[in-house]
Amino acid sequence: MSLLSVQNLGVTLRQRPVFRDVSFDLHAGEFVGLIGPNGAGKTTLMRACLGLLPHAGQSSLSALSLAERARTVAWMPQAREIAWPVSVERIVALGRLPHLPAGQALPPADKVLVDAVISRLGLDAFRDRAASRLSGGEQARALIARALAQDTPLLMADEPIAGLDPAHQISTMQVFRQIADDGRAVMMSIHDLGLAARHCTRLILLAEGGILADGAPQDVLTAALVARAFGITAWHGDTPDGPVFQPLEVV
Amino acid sequence: MRLELALFIVMSGLFVLSLTIGPVAVPAMDSLRALFDTSYGALTLVMQEIRLPRAILAILVGAGLGLAGAAMQGYLRNPLAEPGLIGVSGSAALGAVLAIQTGMFAASSLGLPLSALAGALVGVFLVMTLAGPRGGSLTLILAGIAISALAGALTSLVLNLSPNPFAANEIVFWMMGSLADRSMTHVWLALPFVLIGACVIAITGRGLDALTLGEDAAQTMGINLFRLRLLLVFGTAAIVGGTTAVAGAIGFVGLVVPHILRPLVGARPSRLLWASAIGGAIMVQVADIAVRLILPERDLKLGVVTALVGAPLFLHLIYKTRKDLP
Repeated sequence: MSLLSVQNLGVTLRQRPVFRDVSFDLHAGEFVGLIGPNGAGKTTLMRACLGLLPHAGQSSLSALSLAERARTVAWMPQAREIAWPVSVERIVALGRLPHLPAGQALPPADKVLVDAVISRLGLDAFRDRAASRLSGGEQARALIARALAQDTPLLMADEPIAGLDPAHQISTMQVFRQIADDGRAVMMSIHDLGLAARHCTRLILLAEGGILADGAPQDVLTAALVARAFGITAWHGDTPDGPVFQPLEVV
Repeated sequence: MRLELALFIVMSGLFVLSLTIGPVAVPAMDSLRALFDTSYGALTLVMQEIRLPRAILAILVGAGLGLAGAAMQGYLRNPLAEPGLIGVSGSAALGAVLAIQTGMFAASSLGLPLSALAGALVGVFLVMTLAGPRGGSLTLILAGIAISALAGALTSLVLNLSPNPFAANEIVFWMMGSLADRSMTHVWLALPFVLIGACVIAITGRGLDALTLGEDAAQTMGINLFRLRLLLVFGTAAIVGGTTAVAGAIGFVGLVVPHILRPLVGARPSRLLWASAIGGAIMVQVADIAVRLILPERDLKLGVVTALVGAPLFLHLIYKTRKDLP
């Protein structure tokens, strides 16, 4: 089932076209890594898909009403903004906002869900702590938990694992992969090609003002495409521990 | 809810206390009885026409400013925001100053407040035009600062060119803010504006909570930012316009009260709205009681006291929380 359908999407910022004619579909079960060099327009592409930016072409999300969209997709912006020292539990519970009528307290079923995602992200010890005073990595996990609590079929995240230590990067990628395996779709921009190669089911390579490649990780992270898009050489192979991608040199 | 209840009890106590204080020395019980019992004659008149409106206005003005301050801080995600930031109090003051200068003030007791309200209306119109319907919060702040500066300059110009030293004196005193010698007419004038503003701000609570995570995240949680901004600006403008019209410029309430109460409500913007409204009422009531007790014969101005209490309190808070501030 297609959860996001994008056709001929194009964005122009300050008279400069960022990308044009971008088309793709996201299906249930997919964990898509959006990769590309700095400035390729990964953030812009996701924001345009969400209808947060004026754009040419169509995105099935930007056609939805605000309320419908909030029940269809959860979005994690790259800037980890937590304005007030609100407890982690309250931050995560904000994810339930689109599902509740105004002014209603959190129903028991929603509380169970909130507790479950807090545990899933390993935040039990932090639940009563002020989220704005946690370390960057802990904040990132609290915000991932918030997005999961929104309980939408589609999850989009802008570099959610940037700034996490290796253990939390891997476990977060595993959480996203599990969510996809449960029948949802996840799309995230990511700079770590090694983690992308290992955990994503599909990669979309955004470069040169459009989609340069779209497919299984081994088909996208080819020597030719990696050299062309990123200007690097890399080693990419199958090992007994699964696929490994290691950037080597700048070309 | 416990905090709100406790604050409410304090506020009610202060309301009763406020009724028993005045230049006419009367036993407290007598003055309270006279409020309902017309057989007290002149004392009933004092209670119903002087002390009651003053006590009601203290609650109205304080609650309005506390609420608007909490809403403004929540919307701008900045603990230094205050209701005057969008330029409405400055433009309302300009309207009042023009009324004093042109003598409209003397013609009718409603001349000054109505002129202040007209000033507030022009101010909010200019801010919304300048900031545009879709701009971010930064454009709103900048537009507010520009309007405040312009209104301040024009107010200075009026003072500067004032041929009448008494009018100039009157203006300076009015701008300090006071609740002395107000009547029920002033209550009826401010009440609808504060009530409408409060109702409008009440529906922003959900949006303010979502904004804790930034504008993009709030929007994808189903919050219409355009609508939120409109509600917030008009709600704040109604409250600030209404309160400035009857009480003059009373500073620091909308800045300090949300700041003090934030840690007590778990920093949730929606809950802070109501706690802050009651807290604001308490602060203005305390200040207005202090004004009458400290220097009763010198007509100490309310706005001076709130600033004198508020500024050091604020400095203390900044000192205490500076590690958390970005």
